[in-house]
Amino acid sequence: MTLQRSLLALALAAGLAAPFAMPAGAAEAVEPPRQTWSFAGPFGMFDRAQLQRGFKVYKEVCASCHSLSLVSFRNLAEPGGPGYTAAQAAAVAAEYKVQDGPNDAGEMFERPGRAADRFPKPFPNDNAARAANGGALPPDLSVIAKARTYERGFPRFILDIFTQYQEQGPDYLVALLVGYADAPQGFNLPPGTHYNKYFPGNAIGMPAPLSADQVTYDDGTPQTVEQYAKDVTAFLMWTAEPHMEARKRIGFQVMIFLLVFAGLLYFTKKKVWADVHA
Amino acid sequence: MSGHSTYQPQGAFMKWMERRLPIAGLIYSSFVAYPTPRNLNYWWTFGGILSFMLAAQIVTGIVLVMHYTPHESMAFNSVEHIMRDVNYGWLIRYLHSNGASMFFVAVYIHMFRGMYYGSYKEPREVLWILGVIIYLLMMATGFLGYTLPWGQMSFWGATVITNFFSAIPLVGETVVTWLWGGYAVGNPTLQRFFSLHYLLPFVIAGVVVLHVWALHVAGQNNPAGIEPKSAKDTVAFTPYATVKDAFFLVVFMLAYAWFVFYTPNYLGHADNYIPANPALTPQHIVPEWYYLPFYAILRAIPNKLLGVVALFGSILILAFLPWLDTSKVKSARYRPLFRQFFWIFVAVCLGLGWLGAKPAEGGYVIAARILTFYYFAHFLIILPLLGLFEKTKPLPNSIEESVLKPGAAALKKA
Repeated sequence: MTLQRSLLALALAAGLAAPFAMPAGAAEAVEPPRQTWSFAGPFGMFDRAQLQRGFKVYKEVCASCHSLSLVSFRNLAEPGGPGYTAAQAAAVAAEYKVQDGPNDAGEMFERPGRAADRFPKPFPNDNAARAANGGALPPDLSVIAKARTYERGFPRFILDIFTQYQEQGPDYLVALLVGYADAPQGFNLPPGTHYNKYFPGNAIGMPAPLSADQVTYDDGTPQTVEQYAKDVTAFLMWTAEPHMEARKRIGFQVMIFLLVFAGLLYFTKKKVWADVHA
Repeated sequence: MSGHSTYQPQGAFMKWMERRLPIAGLIYSSFVAYPTPRNLNYWWTFGGILSFMLAAQIVTGIVLVMHYTPHESMAFNSVEHIMRDVNYGWLIRYLHSNGASMFFVAVYIHMFRGMYYGSYKEPREVLWILGVIIYLLMMATGFLGYTLPWGQMSFWGATVITNFFSAIPLVGETVVTWLWGGYAVGNPTLQRFFSLHYLLPFVIAGVVVLHVWALHVAGQNNPAGIEPKSAKDTVAFTPYATVKDAFFLVVFMLAYAWFVFYTPNYLGHADNYIPANPALTPQHIVPEWYYLPFYAILRAIPNKLLGVVALFGSILILAFLPWLDTSKVKSARYRPLFRQFFWIFVAVCLGLGWLGAKPAEGGYVIAARILTFYYFAHFLIILPLLGLFEKTKPLPNSIEESVLKPGAAALKKA
């Protein structure tokens, strides 16, 4: 009875607010389609081959404009990542020139990268990056997969807690990378921008970065824009959350422990209280 | 903390100690022998849960400070350093950031429980007001903490909230400059916020001691809302309340762990993974979820000063609740009308929270105005009048009687 009444009151108040609940904005952004990710869900793991392919896409395409300044070469060989060996990570590092110094003569010098180095930035500073990109600053990609999202709306934002849907950022990134199109009739595209279905405002500074067969895959994976977009996004999810696998693994252990502990405490409580309830 | 101790020290050392510092006796009388009403339900376990959350936040916070750098050009990267390079740094950081949210989940349940069962009424007014002070301190601490990662939402949230004070007539701008330590939110702001974020939890801990002290003087309220009359109405805190609190704390930790390990960024905001940029305002500046109802109230009022007054008024009005509610009956169990209005009030708070996350435009503003009016009307009109006109149900004679089955109670009467 109490519960029914309470629900009634809740429904009443919700009904009070409902007529005002319609979205006020006129043109809502197109919602990114949902992708399937190996790293989704409570037991999600990164697909090592996918991370390696995604790294290749980053290195050969994105890296010419976008920095990855929070990631070190050594991270490539750490557990839960793309699964390179320490020697492979060091070899990748050695391909880069890193500025070091000052030396004993007081001068800065360049040397081959080492595993402990961070990925060098493609531009010496933000102004140089802007100057080379028509005034737009290519964002750092280290945590981009967590720094982007899209509005989920009621009631989905509540369901997302239970379904553990956490991949709004990656889904948006894939949509953005494949979402280039010709501007529709009458759309006023500012000069130096490009039309993208998923970018807020639809006018993005970055030209379509990916094209088919742009990056060579050695494992026979199709060399399509969609595949590149998915692979590089998976890689960027790993750079944003390098300890995700450990987090989910430990999380499962913690949940099991807490469940068993709660069960034991429940029966202890029942036993302790038995004489009071009698 | 109340009454004389029945503690009998065992052993030579404990006897020696008890004559000099009777701390064991204090603990015994406060947390072992302390009589607790036998009819407490699980909503009463949130006090213990809140103590645990405060301790958890302090412990994880102290560890985070060992690796964090409060500087505008280094704060963001130092948090990422914790997430990437510090051993289990991601765990400590997610425990702390989600811990803040769980702390607020628990405090809201705790507060609504107090409202439902009339726990603020005589003789627990001071206990309630101390609780409101703790809640205010928590709000301040949470806000200060959210600025520390120095992401976009940190920076712009700090800018918006501190700008509230510019609404004060005459001295507003001066006060804001003083708060910022400059003419805009910047490095001095970050450093003082960090300092205060470290300080306030210990102030909270101090007020919690007063809160628990006041609780142990007045005794706990209970679902029947009547005071214990005989020993049959109460049970000893240990083991009865202890084991019940422990069980539900672990259940609560299951929810906490779910967020920490599976959806650690759900309660945060994606924009806060973008480093603070004073030159770029985010499209929507949204505070943390636990401030959303108050944010909706602020934006519902067109005048800035009045909006800020309404915002603070909506929290401070809680302190006057013991006198605004004129009913002599405490528990909503015996107040059929109040019970309806209580649930409407809960729905209004949730509605305000939802509106706080929406842009302040069109129908959202109208809805926020209606709900804001209702929020204040609940305290200023409904509660004072209900106490005068509501026909309450008969109260049980004792707590013991209230927990017996209705059939058994009738038998006993006959």
